[in-house]
Amino acid sequence: MNKSRLRSIYSIPYTAWILLFVLAPIALIVYYSFFDLAGNFTLANYRNFFTSVYLKLTISSFWYAFLITLFSLLIAYPTAYLITKTKHKQLWLLLIIIPSWINLLLKTYAFIGLMGLYGPLNAFLEAVGIGKQQILFTDFSFVFVSVYIFIPFMILPIFNALDKLNPALIDASRDLGADSWTTFRRVIWPLTTNGVKSGIQVVFIPALSLFMITRLIAGNKIITLGTAIEQQFLVTQNWGMGSTIAVFLIVFMFIIMLVTKGKEKGASDNGKAR
Amino acid sequence: MERLGKLPKLYLAIVFIILYAPIFYLIFYSFNSGGGMSNFEEFTWEHYAAVFEDKRLIIIVLNTIIIALLSALLSTTIGVIGALAIYFMRNKKMRNAVLSLNNILMVSPDVIIGASFLILFTMIGVKLGFASVLISHIAFSIPIVVIMVLPKLSEMNTSLIDAALDLGASRKDVMTRVILPFIKPGIFAGFFLALTYSLDDFAVTFFVTGNGFSTLSVEIYSMARTGISLTINALSGLIFIVTVALVIGYYAINRKTKMPLTGVKK
Repeated sequence: MNKSRLRSIYSIPYTAWILLFVLAPIALIVYYSFFDLAGNFTLANYRNFFTSVYLKLTISSFWYAFLITLFSLLIAYPTAYLITKTKHKQLWLLLIIIPSWINLLLKTYAFIGLMGLYGPLNAFLEAVGIGKQQILFTDFSFVFVSVYIFIPFMILPIFNALDKLNPALIDASRDLGADSWTTFRRVIWPLTTNGVKSGIQVVFIPALSLFMITRLIAGNKIITLGTAIEQQFLVTQNWGMGSTIAVFLIVFMFIIMLVTKGKEKGASDNGKAR
Repeated sequence: MERLGKLPKLYLAIVFIILYAPIFYLIFYSFNSGGGMSNFEEFTWEHYAAVFEDKRLIIIVLNTIIIALLSALLSTTIGVIGALAIYFMRNKKMRNAVLSLNNILMVSPDVIIGASFLILFTMIGVKLGFASVLISHIAFSIPIVVIMVLPKLSEMNTSLIDAALDLGASRKDVMTRVILPFIKPGIFAGFFLALTYSLDDFAVTFFVTGNGFSTLSVEIYSMARTGISLTINALSGLIFIVTVALVIGYYAINRKTKMPLTGVKK
C-alpha cells in the first residue's frame, strides 16, 4: 500500500544511521582486528591478546572497574535513599545532577590541583600530622576521581527505583513486625535491584574503558582497556591490535549487559498504585 | 513524611560537599593573581580577561557551540523520525531488534565509538576535522533522542489519532497538529540532552578530530596535560554559570510543558 511505502521513505535517515553508524563500525572493528601493521591477514593480534601482557591488563582493568563500581554503589545507595526521604527530593536530585553536567575534563582537572603536592588535601594531611603524601598518580587517586565522576550516574537509577517503591509496602513490613534491617533486606533491596543493576551497567562499562582519567590522574601508571585502545590507535598507530582489544571490550560489554539486564516487566512496577 | 535524623543529614551534607568542592575550588582559584591552584594571593579578573583575549580559545569555544547546536538539531530531527518509525512498526520482534540496535551506541564505551568512527571516516574518506566531529556527534546523539521521544509516543492515546482522522484530518495534519505537539516535551528533552552530550564529549571527539580542529574538551585536555593554567579555571567558572543557566532553563521548559501532557489543552 502507498501508506507503508511512505513510511519506509521517511524512515530512511534513521535506517541509514543504523547501518552506517551502528552496524558498520562494529563490522569494521572486527574486520581490522584480523590485520597486522603491514596489512596482512593474520590471527596474530588475537594470539597477542592472550599473552601475559594483555591478560594482565584485562584483569587489572576489571579489578579497577570493579572497585570503582563497588565504591560508587556503596556511596550512591544511601545517598539515593536519603534523598527520597527529603522534603524537596526533586530539588536535591537536581543538585546531584548538576555536577554531572559540568564538563568531565574540568572536574578531572580540578583534582590535579586538589591532590597536588601543594594542594589543599596535602595541606590538610600536614595539618593533621600525617605529612605530605604523593596522592596524584596513585591507585587511590584514580579510583577516587573515577568514583567522584560516576556517583551521579549511579544515584539516578537507584533514586528512580526507590522513588517508585510503594511506601505502603514498607509500612506493611513494619506492621508485620520486621525491623528496619529486615525491611531493607527483604523488601526495599529486592524491589530496587533493577535500579542497582542499571546503575552498575552505566558505571562498570565506562570504567573499563576510561582513558582520560588514567592519563591525567594516574599518570600512565594504570592502563585500562580504554587506555590500551587509545594507545594503539593514536600513538602506536597499530589499528589491528587496537581493534582486537576493542573486540574484546565489546564482548565484555555484551556480557555485562546480559548480566545486569533487569526483568522487562513486573518487578519494575513495584506495586505502586496509579 | 519522616524527618531525617542528624546522622543521615550529615551524610548527605558530606556527599554534597564532596560533589561540589572540586568545582568551587576551580572557580575560587580562577580569581587568584598567583600562578597556581594553591596560595591564594590577591583577587584578580586577569584570567577572565585572558580567556576573552585569547582568540584561539574563543574560536574553539565558538566551534564547540556550533557543533553542539548543529548536531543537536540534526540528531533531534533524525531521532524523532526514528522514534516514529519504531512506534509505527507492527512487527514486535522487528521493533525490539531495532530498539536494541538503537541502544548499542548508548552503552558502547566512548573509546569504541571513537575508534570505530575513526576507521569508518578514514575508509570512506571523510577528512578529519569539523565534518567528522559533527557527523560523530550527530551519530551518538540520535539514540538518546529516540529514547526520550518513544515513551511520549506510547503515552499518547491512539484514539486521538483515530479521532483526528475521523474528523477529516489528513495524514500530514495528524502529524503536525496531533502527534508532534503531543510529543513536544520528549523532543525538547531529547534536543537538550543531545546538546549536553555534544558539549560534554571528549573521547569520541579526541579520536576523530584531526590536527587543525579542536573542541573545548579536547583543548582543556591538552592544556591540562601540560600542567595547571588558571585560564582553564576562569573558563570553568564561565562554563559553570552557563551550565547552571541551561539546567534551570531546561527545568523551566519541562515544567511549562508538563501541563498539556495530560492530553488535551484546556
